[in-house]
Amino acid sequence: MRYAETGYNLEIDLSRGNIERVETDQRLTELHLGGLGTNAKILWDRVPPETEPFFPDNLLIFSTGLLCGTPAIGANRTIVTTYSPQTLLMGYSMMGGFFAPELKYAGYDKVIFRGKSPDLVYLWINNDKVEIRDASHLQGKGAIQTAELIQQELKEPKAQVAAIGLAGENRVYMASIEHGRSSASRLGIGAVMGDKRLKAIAVRGTKDVNIARPAEFLDLCKEVLKYIPVRDKNPVPGVMPILAGLGSPKEMAVHDEKWHTENFSWGNARHRIKDYWNEEIEKKWTESMENVRTRFISCYNCPVKCGAIISVPGISTYMMKCFSKLTYTMAAYSDLDFGFRIAQRATEYGVDGFSTPQVMAFGLELYEAGILTDQDMAGMPSDNEGRFYWLLDKTVRREGIGDVLANGTYWAAKQIGKGAEAYAHNNIKKHEQLPLKLGMLNPIYFLMYATGEKINITQIEGNFPQAPFPTREEREEFVKDWIHVPDEKFKQYLLDWEPRGERSIPYYPTVEATCEIVDWQEKMHYIDDALGMCAGLSSFPLKPPYHIHNYPAFISSATGIDMDEAGLTQVTKRNRTLVRAVNVRRGLRRADEKPPEDHWKKRFPELEEKLLDAYYKFKGWDNQGIPTKESLHELGLDYVAEDLERRGMIKNE
Amino acid sequence: MSKVKKKVKVIKIDVEKCNGCRACELICSAFHATPKYSSNNPARSRIRLIREPLRDVYLPVYAGEYAPAECMGRDKYTIDGKEYDECGFCRASCPSRDVFKEPDSGLPLKCDMCEDDPPQEKPLCVQWCINDALTYEEREEEVEEEVKLEDVEIGLESMVDKYGLQKVVDTVARMSKKG
Repeated sequence: MRYAETGYNLEIDLSRGNIERVETDQRLTELHLGGLGTNAKILWDRVPPETEPFFPDNLLIFSTGLLCGTPAIGANRTIVTTYSPQTLLMGYSMMGGFFAPELKYAGYDKVIFRGKSPDLVYLWINNDKVEIRDASHLQGKGAIQTAELIQQELKEPKAQVAAIGLAGENRVYMASIEHGRSSASRLGIGAVMGDKRLKAIAVRGTKDVNIARPAEFLDLCKEVLKYIPVRDKNPVPGVMPILAGLGSPKEMAVHDEKWHTENFSWGNARHRIKDYWNEEIEKKWTESMENVRTRFISCYNCPVKCGAIISVPGISTYMMKCFSKLTYTMAAYSDLDFGFRIAQRATEYGVDGFSTPQVMAFGLELYEAGILTDQDMAGMPSDNEGRFYWLLDKTVRREGIGDVLANGTYWAAKQIGKGAEAYAHNNIKKHEQLPLKLGMLNPIYFLMYATGEKINITQIEGNFPQAPFPTREEREEFVKDWIHVPDEKFKQYLLDWEPRGERSIPYYPTVEATCEIVDWQEKMHYIDDALGMCAGLSSFPLKPPYHIHNYPAFISSATGIDMDEAGLTQVTKRNRTLVRAVNVRRGLRRADEKPPEDHWKKRFPELEEKLLDAYYKFKGWDNQGIPTKESLHELGLDYVAEDLERRGMIKNE
Repeated sequence: MSKVKKKVKVIKIDVEKCNGCRACELICSAFHATPKYSSNNPARSRIRLIREPLRDVYLPVYAGEYAPAECMGRDKYTIDGKEYDECGFCRASCPSRDVFKEPDSGLPLKCDMCEDDPPQEKPLCVQWCINDALTYEEREEEVEEEVKLEDVEIGLESMVDKYGLQKVVDTVARMSKKG
């Protein structure tokens, strides 16, 4: 019997309409766990680097994590992997909600799509019965609306649906895959789904997910359940409210937005408004929030309420979480009420709430700079908010200038020319970043921004505080119950880290310590992404319930696979290196690992080079960021080394 | 008539506090697996969350008695402007719908309040609902020891009510002669 996993994948050939249920090799679970790890393995093995994102041979993989469907609290993530049309690299985006557990209960660990359907279709998985169904009547329908219509026509309200909206159908590079309160938004994976003419996947499962050593596993889960309320009652002092607790930032509950509105940039990641927040705005925004939020909601098997149901009078209900609350508001220099209204339309269209507002603000900046003309913008209303709706509609429909903007700021700027490139200023690896512009270079954040393969800072940062605590006493207090560190030396790094003076950024933490801190934080994300664990209970917050010391026991008692900290570290390194190898084969090199020029005002080119050199070495990569033959061998990835060697990407010495 | 003590177990449900995570369903199925916690499958759970996010309907319902036949009609509640499903509050495992039935065999499921040896402090669903949508109460009630009528007697009583004692006696006498 297979434990925690089902041991089966669904292989769907959309070109031929073929459906197969394929048993998987348990050895791969031991080597890669599941989720992102096994997705990377499949992508490496089956999609050669010559395959472009919109080629039929590109795969679109929906994967559960290894612990999804078990009582491990918060293990509910679906990991979607393909080649990204925007970055042209491996794109993996994840979503919480209820989809992954339902897929497990239906009897599958992954659904792997290849080919392209001639007509718009959706996949209906009902335990052993799997069918490709016509979706022509769903063409152009909103993502949330599509889910409802599918549940109705299948007469199965318990079916879990992941769907694209019009943006995905039109292969917009910011297209997301929407699933209730959750969405896999980043890197344009919804566009690949649309390219395959796949409107949605609906799944219903009523089978068992088994546990190898149930009593032991349940005791571990109970500890997490006990710890969450304790941690909730003891927020970490000295950090901003959204980082003090567990979960993804509790944007749906927080009214005090002073930090975001004054530290994040408005418009096209452009202007900080340092004295924006005042009582009057707080009162108005609080009212806006209270008026539309009908309930706090959670993902499967998680007590933490990161999301909310949003019902703006007069427009249809949708669900929201995290920072989408402010992205549209701030891109448009508008208010929260506008943010909630336009986010509803954007959610139905199925677009990334992170990139899309920046793309629209970028378009307006180009217009104001005279690079885009009245002719390009023919028909655009004159009022600010109307313009944003207009730009959203045009972009999602790929009409006129929208067809250019739909490719994201990097590609749009290239296409427009006339100096537009300078306005696509907030990208790494062609992907829009958080609108955060700071003063002094932080070495830890430099490495995370530069090298993160997810290309999104929230998917690599986490367990180490973002900034030093002002006083020694605060630091001592913080490290007292900091059991999460992989090694005691991390406590010392924090104790010695000062806001000013010799032991402050950019030269402290030292280059060596910085590498270790980045590696630890990234490692936790890679474990979560293989297990399907929400980062909000593990790799993202400070002092989370899951950590490197208790994870091995979770994994071994759930699956029966022997696992200790060293073993888990090795698996994680293998997965991390494999993702890097996939991207190296697609052309990723050191020159691509650059945070936006304007991310920090004070830059230190020499130090930055030193940091990259040291980190690559630490990771077992050469000075171009390519894994070395030796490090690949050590991870049992000789087949990767051979392939890279054949391609002349590593030298045969 | 003598008084007897009876333990009343109550799960209180506050739908406003429900965050829709379905941990109750998951852990119910795990607890009732053999061996305990060895498998997980909300479809085997004895509690179901009726969940319709877009209408803000979040309603946990426990499996009650098995009903061999469906009711003559259906009910549909609207509370605070929210319309609940047909028979939404009903706890029966009944032929009219597929809830509270084992997915493999179709056999009815019924909440047993997690009776266990040694006893659980609270049913598992309540333990796992740390948002307190589900809370547990136990109390003792003194009740009159019931004198149970036999089934036939219950039937006859209603006949007597309707037709009068004499008519029933005459009918029974006539029927017995025929026999």
